[in-house]
Amino acid sequence: MADQSLPVGHGIETALDRTPVHSGRGTYLEVVHSWIVTVDHKKLGILYIAYALVFLLVAGSEALMIRIQLIKPLNNFVSPFTFDRLFTMHGTTMVFLVGMPILFGFGNYLVPLMIGARDMAFPRLNAFSFWISAFAGILLYYSFIGGVGLAGTGSAPDIAWFAYAPLTEKAFSPGHTTDYWAIAILASGIGSIGTAINIVATVFCMRCKGMTLMRLPLLAWLYATMSFLVLVAVSPLTACQAMLLIDRYLGGHFFDTQAGGSAILWAHFFWIFGHPEVYVLVLPPFAFANEIIPVFSRKAIFGYPAMVAASVGIGFISLGVWAHHMFTIGMTSFGNAFFTLSTMLVAIPTGIKTFNWLATIWGGKVRFETPMLFSVAFLFQWVIAGLTGVMLSVSAWNWQLHNSYFVVAHFHYVLVGAIVFMIFAAIYYWYPKMTGRMLNETLGKWHFWLMVVGFHMTFDVMHFPGLLGMPRQIYTYEPDRGWNTLNFIVTIGAFIQGIAVLVLVYNLVHSYFRGEDAGPDPWDAWTLEWATASPPPAYNFAVEPEVASRRPLWDLKHPEDPDSAFE
Amino acid sequence: MATIPLEHGTRETPWTLPSRGTVAMSCLITAESAIFTIFVVAYLYYMGRDVQGPTPREVLEVPIFYTVCLLSSSFFIWLAEHAIDRGKMAAFRLWWGVTILLGLTFLYGTAAEWYKLIVHDHLTISTNLFGTTYYSLVGLHASHVIVGLIMMLFVMAFSLFGAVRPEHAYRVKTLALYWHFVDAVWVVVFTVVYVVSR
Amino acid sequence: MAQASLAHASLPGSIFAPHSTPAHEEHSLSLFVLSICLLIYLGVSGLLVYALIRFRARPHDNTEPPQVFGSLQIELSWTIIPILIIVVLFLGTARVLFSVQDAPEPPTALDVTVIGHQFWWEFRYPKYNVVTANELHLPLSTKSDPRPSFLKLTSADVMHSFWVPQLGGKTDVLPNRVNQMWMDPLETGLYVGQCAQFCGPEHAKMLLRVYVDTPEDFEKWIKNQQRTQAELAQPHIAMASMANPGNQSAGPVPPNSPPTHGTVAATTSTEATDAINPRNGQLVFEQQSCISCHTVAGTVANGRYGPDLTHLMSRVTIGAGAALNTPGNLEAWIADPNTFKPGCLMPAMHLSDRQNAQITAYLLTLK
Repeated sequence: MADQSLPVGHGIETALDRTPVHSGRGTYLEVVHSWIVTVDHKKLGILYIAYALVFLLVAGSEALMIRIQLIKPLNNFVSPFTFDRLFTMHGTTMVFLVGMPILFGFGNYLVPLMIGARDMAFPRLNAFSFWISAFAGILLYYSFIGGVGLAGTGSAPDIAWFAYAPLTEKAFSPGHTTDYWAIAILASGIGSIGTAINIVATVFCMRCKGMTLMRLPLLAWLYATMSFLVLVAVSPLTACQAMLLIDRYLGGHFFDTQAGGSAILWAHFFWIFGHPEVYVLVLPPFAFANEIIPVFSRKAIFGYPAMVAASVGIGFISLGVWAHHMFTIGMTSFGNAFFTLSTMLVAIPTGIKTFNWLATIWGGKVRFETPMLFSVAFLFQWVIAGLTGVMLSVSAWNWQLHNSYFVVAHFHYVLVGAIVFMIFAAIYYWYPKMTGRMLNETLGKWHFWLMVVGFHMTFDVMHFPGLLGMPRQIYTYEPDRGWNTLNFIVTIGAFIQGIAVLVLVYNLVHSYFRGEDAGPDPWDAWTLEWATASPPPAYNFAVEPEVASRRPLWDLKHPEDPDSAFE
Repeated sequence: MATIPLEHGTRETPWTLPSRGTVAMSCLITAESAIFTIFVVAYLYYMGRDVQGPTPREVLEVPIFYTVCLLSSSFFIWLAEHAIDRGKMAAFRLWWGVTILLGLTFLYGTAAEWYKLIVHDHLTISTNLFGTTYYSLVGLHASHVIVGLIMMLFVMAFSLFGAVRPEHAYRVKTLALYWHFVDAVWVVVFTVVYVVSR
Repeated sequence: MAQASLAHASLPGSIFAPHSTPAHEEHSLSLFVLSICLLIYLGVSGLLVYALIRFRARPHDNTEPPQVFGSLQIELSWTIIPILIIVVLFLGTARVLFSVQDAPEPPTALDVTVIGHQFWWEFRYPKYNVVTANELHLPLSTKSDPRPSFLKLTSADVMHSFWVPQLGGKTDVLPNRVNQMWMDPLETGLYVGQCAQFCGPEHAKMLLRVYVDTPEDFEKWIKNQQRTQAELAQPHIAMASMANPGNQSAGPVPPNSPPTHGTVAATTSTEATDAINPRNGQLVFEQQSCISCHTVAGTVANGRYGPDLTHLMSRVTIGAGAALNTPGNLEAWIADPNTFKPGCLMPAMHLSDRQNAQITAYLLTLK
């Protein structure tokens, strides 16, 4: 298609809106009001992200308190009761109040822009989903005040983030800690399902002209897959939490082992949610990598169809691996073998994605601004995280590793080393689009190097206490097991990461007021969100774009060598 | 159906996208199916594991009549969809009303059955594993019937005021899709509870 | 009690110091998997480092590199090769998995029942009629004289997990379900472990001590554990227990006990009842609600909620490893268990110091 007056160019040029950012804003009260009643996907996206960053600081502080308690054996910094609340809240907060919201926030902001739409498919549902998730977080943290109050840490959940039965039954948890956990997460689950429905409907029904499914940005594919997983995986959690509440308040016996109920049933139901959930958390960071790595390597993503197939494949396979969290629970050897195999199989599409990223970099011209620094660290760390995952899938070895600090190290390698690092990359990459200002590069590099040092100090070392027999979720440990120095180093690394995050927070605030002007396309990128002003006007595009390839802006910038000639 | 019309003639085929309502309702149905699956799995897992209390065989009577009511309501709602597609609003109101009545009859049947189980057979949600899993599963389904009926009553009310017109066919059909889902779930629940476990 | 030495003193929980067949098999498998993963990591990260250096943007170069969109052959190669690696890994895993999990129980095996409690371990040897707590004794198993131990595990309350790394992987301990595992310790010594499934506030102090004895030592230990306190006890203790007015004989009268001689009860002088001696201790023990939770075989105490105390002094630690079993610790524990283990389910009984001392004196006789 060598048509000289490409509809793409025409649509995009007139879509570019140069309305200055701060004109006609209104009084302070009007601004606050507009944020509370908004149904605009961009504002809701920013609300989600800001909400998540607040809880990141809270859950991070909980982690630091855990690490202070564990810095030496037989320590007395917090009581066992407080410690149990700290690790339960740390895990629950990070998954449900940081991970999910920040990723939904980016999805909300970016998906409509990248597909050339004016907003999400259901803007009011979008607002409802955000506010019910926000309510859930406030309810969960209100638990600290419930019960006997803050010093006794009230009724904050203390049952571990996966809340195994029958510890959560009334007989063993007579207070309200389990109830706060179940109800708050139920509410947040409703918000998640609402947003997932919205994302799927948006991706399938709101694409601009010419954007066939095979021209969809990979970010949109990954968010659609992630949303499908949310629909199928969060619902089982909702179901088993409802069952738990029925047990606790209506005298049911779902998990009441003293009346014939089954503890293993809870484990199955929870992990049917829990395993796909971690793929829900990791697919959007893959989406960010799919957008950032090509732009900073100056090359199109290698193997787009394979990437689509691999992403969707990961989604489906991840539904069949859940019992690898249960290799020690007493399944038959056949059951153990089946889940070993299914878990190992998920490594194949994951490997395909990793190799495709490598091939994207290969032959490119790599620029190392902060988004790419975090993406590069992500790549190295993702490979390690995946390999320790393969080690854990070896069920016979898992019998030693399960519930030890090796597992804690593995999943933090994924959650921090891969997911958080890519979230940081996304923040540096899209902050200019959201605010019209660049984040400070020097501060970005400080943030990056502090994170790398702190992350590796903590999570590389953390594997070893696990290999030496240290179980997880213990408030203290014996001094003669050889774990002392290792735990000390882990704690120091945690504090370094804390400092790194503070540098980021400072950068976010400082750059909002004093950052360099970003313009519409500071990174010389290729997807539609860069074809409108930074920040975009409320309507996104003045004229609905029409695209002819996967990289509409590349076609614009390189009319002699458009992608549309190759499709 | 939201069909985006072709403007510049630069595309060979018209640009069509699926309709938002259908996609969204399908997603909701997917999520709800996952919830129901978990309750069905719990029911099946605990089948036969009670050491005391009434068993399904002892106390359950197969609700043939009420099942026929509910499942036939799918046919009548289809007639209603058919009518509104053709702009026949009076027929639409008739078939829509019949659907609602059949749904209410089904609910009455569930209520009568639960009355018998609780008062005569002393089966409650806390009696034993069968009680817990039975009331949860059937209750979850009944709650979905109630939500469906409430939505349908709204539509009925709007329609009686003349506010529902043929151009709203698409929205009405999205709700009808939900109702078909509720009926399909009943097929599964009925089979598991009244056929397999008795 | 002979002090056994930790089998791998500086790193007693290391999974790389196996001393039993399941642990050995898991260990070999782990080394195999580790080497494969290491090779993969070196390969991929090596390529990545090379690419980042070789293909970095040169300064002042604003041209774009050639755009490459993909290659079917390359995609296939890095799909097929991982599949092959996974086949190898899976087969290696399956071999160990089936050999360990489905190993048949030989007739020479020792049967032990493990019952997890919040926050202690109960051990029963059904063939020997022995019940003990927290410290497990197993016989040595050698090639010439194999005596593997087959454990059946269940829980009295919530989920726990039995993990002694040097003797094998962990097995979860569930209520309403019996799981099975086995181990054949190949070297005598003390092996440590602990509960590996979060079970409540004192999950961290639900420790395990496994003493692997020579067959002779094991027999001796069993014989001692089989004796009831009625057989072992001094006569005055048995008589005090029978003359105790609050005594409901819940169990059969021990066969060799001396006949009741009417009032052989404690004298009425305050001095005598105030004395800190085992007899008075037993009186206090049986009058307070200690016996509703604890068993001392051969006496009226047959509570099942807490650990069996019949041979308490044969154990090195108390409170499932929370403290060493010394008279001072024992007395402090009885006064308030929360000093060692806040959140454990034994309440502080709020007895007087004298009563605590008396009970301690009694417990010290339970060898």
